[in-house]
Amino acid sequence: MSARGPYRLKERADAVPVEFRFDGRALRGVEGDTVASALLANGVRVVSRSFKFHRPRGIFSAGVEEPNALVQLHTGVHGIPCARATLVPLTTGLEVASQAGWPSVSFDVLRAIDGVHSVFAAGFYNRTFMWPSWHMYEPIIRKLAGFGRAPTGPDPDRYETRHAHCDVLVIGGGTAGIKAARTAAAGGQRVFLVEQHEDFGADVSTLEALPNTQVLARTTAVGYYDHDLVALAQGVAGGGGAALPRERLWLVRASRVVLATGALEQPLIFSNNDRPGIMLAGAALQYLRRHGVAPGREVVLATNNDSAYHTARELRLAGVNVVALVDSRESAHRALLQEMRGVGIAVHGHCMPINTQGFGALSGVTIALLGGKGASNLRRLACDTLLVSGGWSPTLHLFAQAGGKLQFSESGRTFEPVADAPRIEIVGSAGQIPRGELGERVSRVGNTARQWVDLRHDVTVSDIELAVRENFTAVEHIKRYTTLGMSVDQGKLGQAPAVEVIARARGIQPAELGHTTFRPPFVPVTLGTMVGRSVGALYAPNRRTSLYGLQAAAGALFEDFGEWQRAAAFPRPGEAREQAMAREVQRIRHGVGVYDASPLGKIELIGPDALDFADRFYINNLKTLHMRRARYGIMLRETGIIFDDGTVVVLDADRVLLTTTSSGAGRVAAWLEEWRQCEWPQARVVVMPVTDQWATVALTGQHARAIFERLQPGCDVSNEAFPHLGFRATTLFGREARIYRVSFSGELTYEINVPSDQGPQLWTALLEEGRSFGIGPYGVDALLHARMEKGFLHIGADTDGTTVPDDVGFGKPAAAKLRHYIGKRSLQLPENMRPDRLQLVGLAGERAAALPVGSHLRLADSHEATDGWVTSAGLLSTNGTPVAIAMLRAGRRQTDRSVTVHDGGRIVTTARVVAPLFYDPTGGRMNA
Amino acid sequence: MLYIPCPYCGARDETEFTYGGPAYVTRPELSASDREWTEYLYHRQNTEGPYRERWLHGFGCGRWFNVLRDTTTNEIQKVYPMGGSDRLIETGR
Repeated sequence: MSARGPYRLKERADAVPVEFRFDGRALRGVEGDTVASALLANGVRVVSRSFKFHRPRGIFSAGVEEPNALVQLHTGVHGIPCARATLVPLTTGLEVASQAGWPSVSFDVLRAIDGVHSVFAAGFYNRTFMWPSWHMYEPIIRKLAGFGRAPTGPDPDRYETRHAHCDVLVIGGGTAGIKAARTAAAGGQRVFLVEQHEDFGADVSTLEALPNTQVLARTTAVGYYDHDLVALAQGVAGGGGAALPRERLWLVRASRVVLATGALEQPLIFSNNDRPGIMLAGAALQYLRRHGVAPGREVVLATNNDSAYHTARELRLAGVNVVALVDSRESAHRALLQEMRGVGIAVHGHCMPINTQGFGALSGVTIALLGGKGASNLRRLACDTLLVSGGWSPTLHLFAQAGGKLQFSESGRTFEPVADAPRIEIVGSAGQIPRGELGERVSRVGNTARQWVDLRHDVTVSDIELAVRENFTAVEHIKRYTTLGMSVDQGKLGQAPAVEVIARARGIQPAELGHTTFRPPFVPVTLGTMVGRSVGALYAPNRRTSLYGLQAAAGALFEDFGEWQRAAAFPRPGEAREQAMAREVQRIRHGVGVYDASPLGKIELIGPDALDFADRFYINNLKTLHMRRARYGIMLRETGIIFDDGTVVVLDADRVLLTTTSSGAGRVAAWLEEWRQCEWPQARVVVMPVTDQWATVALTGQHARAIFERLQPGCDVSNEAFPHLGFRATTLFGREARIYRVSFSGELTYEINVPSDQGPQLWTALLEEGRSFGIGPYGVDALLHARMEKGFLHIGADTDGTTVPDDVGFGKPAAAKLRHYIGKRSLQLPENMRPDRLQLVGLAGERAAALPVGSHLRLADSHEATDGWVTSAGLLSTNGTPVAIAMLRAGRRQTDRSVTVHDGGRIVTTARVVAPLFYDPTGGRMNA
Repeated sequence: MLYIPCPYCGARDETEFTYGGPAYVTRPELSASDREWTEYLYHRQNTEGPYRERWLHGFGCGRWFNVLRDTTTNEIQKVYPMGGSDRLIETGR
C-alpha cells in the first residue's frame, strides 16, 4: 500500500504534527494538511475502489472535482460518508476510512469483477437485475458499490442559516478574486469574499479587517438562484458540538457577483488511465506548493498544453525525479523546450500515453508516437506517478445555474459563455481560456473498455460507444444511460474530453452537442446545512391556548389539530383514549362539561359595509339577520366547493363578527382580505382576525343554564330571553365578554368568549360553579363524536374538494339566495347539478361490527368501483350500535337500502342508509 | 427565490409573499354563460414571456399588488397596485 517514504519534501520547523487514522492505521500529518495531502505524504496510494469494477484508485485531484478519494469520516452518529479527502482539513484524532473493498481497500477480492468487466457495460444493471424485482438486488449492489455508511442516529450537531445582502459577492479566493474584492471594498461597497479551501491565494488579513467586508474560508457557493441569490455552504472552523454550529448555510442576495472560480484541469483519456499514481498535473503542483508533498518518486508528465511544463520544472527544482514529459502536440514552444532541457527533463513530442502498467499502483506507462494509423514507436517509461493535463476548463457551473448560456468552443476545446450575464463578472482563469494550441487528449488506440471517461462511475469510452450504437444521441440521454457524470462529483472532472468522446462516437463536432444541465448544488451539501435550525421542536410553530396549562393539569391528552395543540380527551389513569371519549360524551349528554374552544376562528368586519361585505361570502341570506342573533353560514370557493362554515353575528351597525372552523381561521381571513383588496376595493370595511384575542369556553349539557346563571347572577337566561342562536355582548369579571348560544354537540351550550388572558379565570370559575353538578372537561374527540350523532358537518372531514352545498343538504338556501355570492354561479354548472353526485347520508350498521372511517360503500346493483365512503363513524352513545356519516352516490334516494362496507379489500359489514341524524331528531335538547 | 419589489415596502425575499395567480382575469356577471364562467374559473394562458400576476405581501404590509414578470427569465419588469394598471411603478432593481 505504501511506497517508500517520506514524500514530504520540506516541513516547516514550526509545523504542528496532527495524528489521525486511516483504516485503523495511525498516521501523522501536519497542521494545514487536507486529508488527501496527509495521505499522500504518508505514501498511501490506494484510497478507494471503483464503483463497478472494484479497481484500486488513488487521489486524482486536489479539489472539488475529486472522483476517487471519497472517504468515510468519523463513526456512529457523527459519521459522514463520501467526504472528499481533498477538501477535508486534517484535524487531530480524525478517523478516516475507505468506503469499499473487502477485506481491505488495498486487497479487495471483488477485484475479480474487473476480470469480467465486459459483462458490466452500460445498462447492465437495468437489464440484468430485472427479475423478479430490482429491489431484491439493490441492497447487496449498493453495498458492493461502496457508498459509505449513513450516521447511525440523529445528528447531534447544530446547523445554522444566515441571510445577507451585499453589493459584490466574490466567489473564489485566488489572486483574481482577492483583487476584485479589494477593488470593490476600496470603493466602499459591501463585499463578500468566499473560498472553498482553508487558505486563500494571498494574505487577506487586511480585507478581513475592513468593516464592509465578510471573508469566509471553507465556504463553497453551491447554488445560484433567481434574482442573484447565491447559497453558500460554510464549514465552521472548530464547529460541531454545543458551542458552534458545524455548518452554516448563507443565503446571500448580491447586487453583483464576481466569479473567480478558476478552471478545472481536464484529464487525458487512454487505456488504464485510472491507476493509483495517476493524478492531474495541476493537483500535484498544489500539493507541492501548499503542503510540500511530492506526488511520487519517479514522475512522468503527459500533457496536451503548455501548463504542465511549469509544473514539471517546479517539481524538478523541488527535488522530485521527473523522468520525462510527454506532449501530444507535434511541437511545443521553443522556450518551453529550452526550459526543460535546462532542468534535465526529456521531452517526448507528438506522443501520448496509450497504456499503463501496475496492479495495485502504477509501475509504468507506455507512450506512443501519434500520427498515421494506430500507434508507433511504443516506448515504456518506468514510473510510480503519471501526471496528466488535458487542458483547462473554466468553472462556470454557477454561471450556467444563473441562466448563462454556454457553448463548446472549437478553439478552447471547452465550454465558454455565449453572452454576458447582466450581473455576473467572470475574472481570472474562469474568464479566459488559454488560447494556445491544444493537442490530442483522447487516445485513438488501445482498449476502449479500459479508457475511463468517468472514474467515479466507471464509465469508459466503450460504454459511450455502446450507447451511441443503441441510438442514444442527446448528451442528456447518454448521460442517463451510461451514468456518465451522475455520481458525487457530478462530472466535474473531464467534462470537455467526455464531450469529445461522445462527438467522436457520433461523428459530429462537439459544438453540435451542447451540455447537460448544471444544477445546484455545485458540491454535495449535508441535509443538516439545508434545514438549519428547523428540526425537532423548532420545525413548526407550536400553538397553545391560554387554557393549555389548566387542561394539562387536568390530565389532558394533547394532540396536534392543525397548528394548535388541543386536548383530544382527558383519560383517567388506566383509561384508553376511546374510553375517555365515550365517558366524556356521556358527561355532556347527561351532565355538564366544559370545552376549550379557543382556536375557533374569529374575525371582525368593521365599517359601514361590513354586513353587505359578509353577505357576498355566504350561501345564507344575511340581510334578514337580526342584530345580535347568530346565524349558521357556509362559505364557498368561487368553484362552488364548500370552503368553511361558522356563525355570523351583527354586533353593531358597522360591526360583524364571524366565526370560522379552527383550522380555517387563517385561510378565511386571507380569503376575505383578498376579495376586499382585489375585487371590491370600494367596500368600506376592514377585516380584522381576532382569534387570538379571545379565550372561548363551551359550557355544555343540561345543567349549563344553572351554572351560567351563577356566573352572571341576575341576568335573564330563560330560553325566551336567550334562545338557541342567541348572542350577548356583556361583561364578565369586569371586562368585555361575548356569549353565543350555539351548539355543535346537540346539547344546550353557551360558548363564552373572554379576553384571552382571562381564559384561566373563566375555566376555573365554571368548574367551581359546576362542581355540585359533577362538571368536568371534555375534549375534541367527544365533541366530534357528539356532532356526528347529530349529523352536523365537519368541514374537511365529511366534505372534500368536490363537495357543493346540495351534496350535504344545503341546496335550498344556496339556491334561494338570489344575490351573486361567491360560488353561486358555479352551483348552476351541469357537473354540480348531476343527480348521481355523492350526498351526505347516515348509515346504521346491520351487524355489531364498526364502520371504519374511510371504508368504501357499494350498493347492491352497482357497477361502479365505489359508491362512496364513510366520513365519520362511531358507536351510538345511547345504545352502542354502530353508526356513521357517509358520502354516497345519489345518497338521499337510497334511504333504507343496504350497502356493503369495504375495508382492506374485503367486506367488513353491511349497513342501512338512513337520515344523518341519530340523536334527538327534533332538536329539543339543544333548543330547550 | 425571487426578490420581489413590493410597491409599499421595497424589495423582499419571495418567502414573504404569496402568489395569487394571473392578474388579467375578470369576474363575469351572474348571467354569464357556462362557457364564460368555466373559462373564468379554469382557463389560464400559461404565457411564455411577460406575464401579469398578483402577489400578496403577507409577511409584510399585507397588501396585494400586481407584477409584470417575464416567465422565461423571471425578470420583474413592473409592479403596480391593484386596479391601477395605468399607474405602473418601475421596479428600479
